[in-house]
Amino acid sequence: MSNLEDLYREIILDHYRSPRNRGELASPPAIRVEGFNPLCGDEIVLYLDVNDGVVTDLKMTGHGCSISQASASLMGAAVKGQTVEKARATILTFKQLMTDHESTLEHDGEPAKVDLRSIGELAALQGVVKFPVRIKCAMLAWNTLSQGIDELP
Amino acid sequence: MASGDDVTSFDPRRVRADIPQLNRVINDRSITYLDTASTSLQPRAVLEAMTRYYELRHANVHRAVYQTAEEATAAYEGARDAVAGFINAPGGSGEIVFTKNVTESFNLLAKSWGAANLGPGDVVLVSEMEHHANIVPWFQLRETTGVEVRFIPVTDDFRLDLSDIDALMKDVKLLSVTGMSNVLGTITPVRELARLAHRHGALIAVDGAQSVAHAPTDVVDLDVDFLLFTGHKMLGPTGIGVFWTREAILADMPPFLGGGGMIADVRTDGYTPASGPTRFEAGTPPIAEAVGLGAAVRYLEGLGMANIVFHEHALTGDALTRLELEFQGRVRIIGPPDTTARGGVISLDVDGVHPHDVAQVLDQFGVCVRPGHHCAKPLMRRFGLAATVRASFGPYSLAGDTDVLIEGLAHAVKMFG
Ligand SMILES: Cc1ncc(COP(=O)(O)O)c(C=O)c1O
Repeated sequence: MSNLEDLYREIILDHYRSPRNRGELASPPAIRVEGFNPLCGDEIVLYLDVNDGVVTDLKMTGHGCSISQASASLMGAAVKGQTVEKARATILTFKQLMTDHESTLEHDGEPAKVDLRSIGELAALQGVVKFPVRIKCAMLAWNTLSQGIDELP
Repeated sequence: MASGDDVTSFDPRRVRADIPQLNRVINDRSITYLDTASTSLQPRAVLEAMTRYYELRHANVHRAVYQTAEEATAAYEGARDAVAGFINAPGGSGEIVFTKNVTESFNLLAKSWGAANLGPGDVVLVSEMEHHANIVPWFQLRETTGVEVRFIPVTDDFRLDLSDIDALMKDVKLLSVTGMSNVLGTITPVRELARLAHRHGALIAVDGAQSVAHAPTDVVDLDVDFLLFTGHKMLGPTGIGVFWTREAILADMPPFLGGGGMIADVRTDGYTPASGPTRFEAGTPPIAEAVGLGAAVRYLEGLGMANIVFHEHALTGDALTRLELEFQGRVRIIGPPDTTARGGVISLDVDGVHPHDVAQVLDQFGVCVRPGHHCAKPLMRRFGLAATVRASFGPYSLAGDTDVLIEGLAHAVKMFG
C-alpha cells in the first residue's frame, strides 16, 4: 500500500505552506483563466503575462488542498520565464508524469516514461500517481494553464 | 441477533460481526468505517437474501405464471410490505413506490405531483440545509412551470431559522425538508413543521435519507404527506429507493416514466396507466435490491430502532466531547455542539488543513470519512466553507472508532501544522 510520505514530500508541504507567485496581474494585458474542480471545490484563477512568446509573469489566486496548491505553485515556478512553446512541452511532460502509473501497473518493472532528472522540483509530485483520486487535484492548475495558453491571441 | 426495543440486548459488537466488510484490513489496520452518512455497510442477512433470491427464485415479476416467477413476485411484494410496516404507512404496501434512490424519489415528486399541482404564484419551500436531491428537481420544475423555490435560512447555530416562518409560508403549496442534515447532523422538528404546513394549507415532504435508519419513523405519528428515502443508507443495497405518500395523493398523481409494467392498457391510439405503485414503476424493477431492502428493514427492526438511537446518541455525545477536549478549537465542529436534536453525523473543519488532506491522512489509519461539499453547496456557502471532513456513525460503530479518528486527526494536525 502506498505511503503518506510518498504523497506529502517535504517540497510539497513547503509549497503548500508558502505558495509562490500568489496574487493578481492587471488583466488586460494579462490573460485571466479560471479553473474549477467541482468535485472537491478547489478553485484557481491564473494570470499570465505573455510577451514575444515568453511567459514573462504569472500569478495565481484560489484555494484547495495541499496537492492542488503545491502543484500550482510548482507549476508557476517551472513555467515562469519559459517560452510558450516550452511551457506547452512542460504541461505535456507533467501530464505524462500523472499517467505513468498506468504503464507501470501494466508492465511492471518497465522504466517510467518521464525522466525525473529533467523536471526538477516537479518530480516531487510523482507520488501523486499512486493516489488516483488525487491526480485531478494535481492537474487542476496545469489544465488551467493549458486553457490559458490556448486562448493566446 | 438482538430483537425488539430492549436496550440490554443490543450489542454493537454483534452487529459488527454481521458485517463482512468490517473484517477488512487496510494499510495494516482494521477498517474504521465512519462514512455511513454516505452509504451504510450491509449485514450478511441482506447479502444472503439477495444471493438466495438470485440463486433460487430469480424471474421477472408481475408477468409469468410459473412457480419461480410467483416466488419472485412474492419476494418483491414482500419487501414492499416490510417497508410499509417499517414506516407505518396507513394504507400499507399500496402506498410504497420503489425507485432507484431517493434522488429519483424526489424527481418523481417534482415531475409527477409537482408538475400536476404547482404553477406560477405557488411556492415550494425547502431549506438551506438540503441535499441537492431536494433542490435541483425544484429548480427544474421552476423552469417548466414557473413555480417559486424559496429557502428557509439556517441559523448560526446550525438550526432551521423558523423565526419568520409564517411570512415564509405565504403561497407555499409544499414544504420539503430533510429529517436530518447530512452535513450538520441537525435533526429538524418534522412534527412541528407538518403542523405548520397543514395550518397554511400546504403539504409536507420529508427527505428521510439520513433519518429513517437512525430513528423510528412513523408517518402517521409525524403526520407528513410524503416520505422519501434511499436503501443504501439503511443497511440495504444500492439501486433501490422509496417514495411514500398517502393513497389518496398517489391515486391522483400522473405517471412519471413510461413503458412496460406501468400500464393497464396500450392501444395504437394511446395508453391507460396502471393504478397503485406500479403506475410509477416502469420497466423491470430492481427486484433483488428490493429483496435486499426488505431484509435490511427486518434487520433494523430486529436491532430495535430505539436501541439504535440510544447507541448512536451516546457515541455522538462522546465524540463531540472528546474532539473538543483533544483539539481545543483547532478542529471546529460544523454542526450543533451537543446531542440535542442532532444525530451521528459530525462535520469537521480542521484549522489550516484542507479536508482532502485530512481524509488522506485518515485513510492511512484505515479510517473511512468523506471530504467534500456533501452535495449541499448552498449550505456550504452559507458557512463560507468549500468542504468539510465528515465522520458518521451507524449501528455497528463503536467508541473505539472515535479513538482512531482522533489519532488520525492529531497526525494530520501535526503534519500540516
Ligand atoms: C439528505 C440526503 N438526501 C438525499 C441524498 C441522496 O441519496 P441518493 O444518492 O441515494 O439518491 C443523500 C445522500 O447522499 C442525503 O444525505
